[in-house]
Amino acid sequence: MSLDPFLNRREFMGRAARAGATLLAAGGIASLAYDPVGPGPISEEPAAAGLPDFSLPEAGRRMCIARGAADRSRALQLALQAIGGIEAFIRKGDRVLIKVNAAFASPALLSATTHPELVSEMIHLCLKAGAAAVRVTDNPINDPASCFALTGIGEAARRAGAELILPEERFFRPLTLKDAVLIKNWPVLLAPLSGVTKLIGLAPLKDHHRSGASMVMKNWYGLLGGRRNIFHQDIQTIIAELACMVTPTLVVLDATTTMISNGPTGGSLADLKETRTLIVGTDQVAVDAFGATLLGKTAADLPFIAKAEALGAGSADYRALSPIEVAA
Amino acid sequence: MRIVTARRVSQVFFFVVFVWFCAVATLGEQPWQLRGWPVNWLLELDPLVGLTTLLSTRTLYAGLLWGLATLALTVLLGRVFCGWICPFGAMHHFLGYLGRRSRRLPAQVEMNRFRPAQAIKYYILVFFLAAGVLLPREWISSGSLQIGLLDPLPLAHRSVNLILLPLADRLGLGPAPLPRFYEGAGLIGAVFLGALFLNLWIPRFYCRFICPLGALLGVLSRWALWRVGRTEASCTGCRLCERSCEGACAPTETIRIGECVMCLNCLDECRHDAIAYRTRPSAAGEALLPDLARRGFVVSAVSGLLAAPVLRLGGTSGPNWNAGLIRPPGALAEEDFLARCIKCGQCMRVCPTNVIHPAGLEGGIEGLWTPKLNFRVGTSGCQHTCIACGHLCPTAAIRPISLDERVGRSAFAGRGPLRIGAAFVDRGRCLPWAMDKPCIVCQENCPVSPKAIFTREVFNAVRTIVPLTVKGTDRGRLLLASDALDAGRFGTGDYHALLSAGLRLRIAANTRDALELERPLTPPESPAPGSAVVIQVRLQQPYVDPKLCIGCGVCEHECPVLGRRAIRVTAENESRHPRHRMVL
Repeated sequence: MSLDPFLNRREFMGRAARAGATLLAAGGIASLAYDPVGPGPISEEPAAAGLPDFSLPEAGRRMCIARGAADRSRALQLALQAIGGIEAFIRKGDRVLIKVNAAFASPALLSATTHPELVSEMIHLCLKAGAAAVRVTDNPINDPASCFALTGIGEAARRAGAELILPEERFFRPLTLKDAVLIKNWPVLLAPLSGVTKLIGLAPLKDHHRSGASMVMKNWYGLLGGRRNIFHQDIQTIIAELACMVTPTLVVLDATTTMISNGPTGGSLADLKETRTLIVGTDQVAVDAFGATLLGKTAADLPFIAKAEALGAGSADYRALSPIEVAA
Repeated sequence: MRIVTARRVSQVFFFVVFVWFCAVATLGEQPWQLRGWPVNWLLELDPLVGLTTLLSTRTLYAGLLWGLATLALTVLLGRVFCGWICPFGAMHHFLGYLGRRSRRLPAQVEMNRFRPAQAIKYYILVFFLAAGVLLPREWISSGSLQIGLLDPLPLAHRSVNLILLPLADRLGLGPAPLPRFYEGAGLIGAVFLGALFLNLWIPRFYCRFICPLGALLGVLSRWALWRVGRTEASCTGCRLCERSCEGACAPTETIRIGECVMCLNCLDECRHDAIAYRTRPSAAGEALLPDLARRGFVVSAVSGLLAAPVLRLGGTSGPNWNAGLIRPPGALAEEDFLARCIKCGQCMRVCPTNVIHPAGLEGGIEGLWTPKLNFRVGTSGCQHTCIACGHLCPTAAIRPISLDERVGRSAFAGRGPLRIGAAFVDRGRCLPWAMDKPCIVCQENCPVSPKAIFTREVFNAVRTIVPLTVKGTDRGRLLLASDALDAGRFGTGDYHALLSAGLRLRIAANTRDALELERPLTPPESPAPGSAVVIQVRLQQPYVDPKLCIGCGVCEHECPVLGRRAIRVTAENESRHPRHRMVL
């Protein structure tokens, strides 16, 4: 035992060892975490290069206009039959995504959104044609859960046997469209598209104050995430780029009842007109070009149609497709 | 079964019911959503909610009648509510147990001894009751109902609704599909956690010192037919009963009847039958009333009575009302609202779009944690066909309006839709007004028909570097003398060329030195070489029609000027208060 009342050898060694270990640990952590540069600018998540092409080359560019349509299910069946039947587009084992317009939390009666009956019938047809699974999705403007509930689309999809996908933050991935001016590193609702082999657009025909009309091409806006409102500053270009981004298997424009004023929200029966037409086609530009006429406009009044055509998304001259007209 | 086991089963049951009711207060039709669950039941069982709103409104609203059941239970059996039912009490009970279990017997007895400071809760009760009393209107004000700050059931609901469930949502365990935000959650969370952690020092700290409901039930339990007390059997003085006494009511001595929370641990612990739950008074004597000093009682009563009139001198519910404080649709006029709101957060929880938030000091101190709308947060503005909040409000501070009343149809057609405010365009921030940028997202999203936001079209000359002159024309192409343009910039469909003859044509595309027009020019239209051409941007500038605007805030939510929105709703023109009317 040491005579030093303050410190003996054993205790000194013990303390020195603990002090040394503390310093070593601190130094180790410091050197591991040492960052001489500091943070750089925001790094962006690598963007997807584009969406798969869902069109069927063998289906060609076809279009059918069902006139006198009152019953949406019947009109859809007849129009599809005229262009080869659903079997021409949906094969056994296909996984189908139906992009509806569920933008607003308003009842189906007000025609601001895709009609649930149409959603239902399309799901039935796909399943009948042998589709392995059908999904329904949209990234609405109003609260998503309320939108799918109030429009009746959610219930219709579930009942008909489809999977309803409400947008969640993690379902979006940045995407950059080749040669695009606007869709650059922008969040897109990609998760519902994974594993999907066929894509169908179901859109209502509506007045739209800023762009002139909301039809099939404008419906793809619902695949965008983020603060997409910024694109309203160049609405014609974004619609054309969306048409470029998405090459659907089939599109349906429902003009059974058309919102001819106060669009795109409507809100009153006074905003609606019975136009009793339903258009089915594979060329979204042509379908929109025809849709414009139902709003009393021409394709030339809507710059996004010419822009989409110039970008190769389809043909603005719908007559060149010799659309088949059927009475529904 | 031992009596304390029965008590624990009851506590767990009511705690699970409480958490379940909080979780299912989510709009929807699934079994785990609102459907018909009586999600307000525990709030309604709280007789303090009933009593305070009775004092402040002289009415007892709907389900608050349930408070009578608790009252009856207390008068017959003592504070069974505190020890067997109250979910907040159960939390304290459990944490207090964790805090004391590893200590030695004397330390536990010390933690659970009666303290004179337990009288504080009675002063708190007196203050809140007095503050809420409806005074004659001519004395400045109605009462200010502040009981919700500390009443355990509103406090617990608020904390779970606005803190725990949103945290669970973030971990993917909660019911909301999208993460929820609540302004000022920090303070609510601090009060909640503070109340819980105090149990580690003194078990049931909140129940013993603060809880105004405990105080009310304590006063009522003085008439209880059955009570806990000493029997005539001799006590060995082991003090095991005091080790786990939840109410700190001194069961071995003169028992404080008002403090006993009916945990019945003393009965369970005593091995000598020296304690019983019976009709005869305690053999060791009973103290039926709390030791309240007259001075303290008078101070709390008078300051309570003065609180509302003094606070109202700030004028926040009068001429100094804050237009930034937008109340949910159906909210009563501010003074009547403050006489009812218990700050429980049920409206904030059920709001499908997460726009209802606990207020900070926007409505004065009185308005703390009352509901206000924040349109920047949430999934969209206040949906104009939604009436969920009023139907969940347990005290009708937000009236349970019908959809017809909200949108102004059928019987309400003459009154028009319910307005919660009005939107104002900030022309210094709005893109088409201030920045020459087309936008009108607000107009597009305006949900009423006809739209309250309308636009007027203007053509503004684009700020270009050089004045442009025509070099020549080639059918639809206008060739320019200079090559100063950005290629492609003017082809968006919003730009037009104004020719000297006053002819305006849309530009379809442009290169550095030529404009492609929407159609070929006819020979008489073709401008002469050397004449001027002006490029204009077509703007639709938004305006608000105050007759149609309901203040739903969808425009504010959608405005792309994200920081401080270029269109904002304030409570101007709200229909809940005729004095706030703005236009004829």
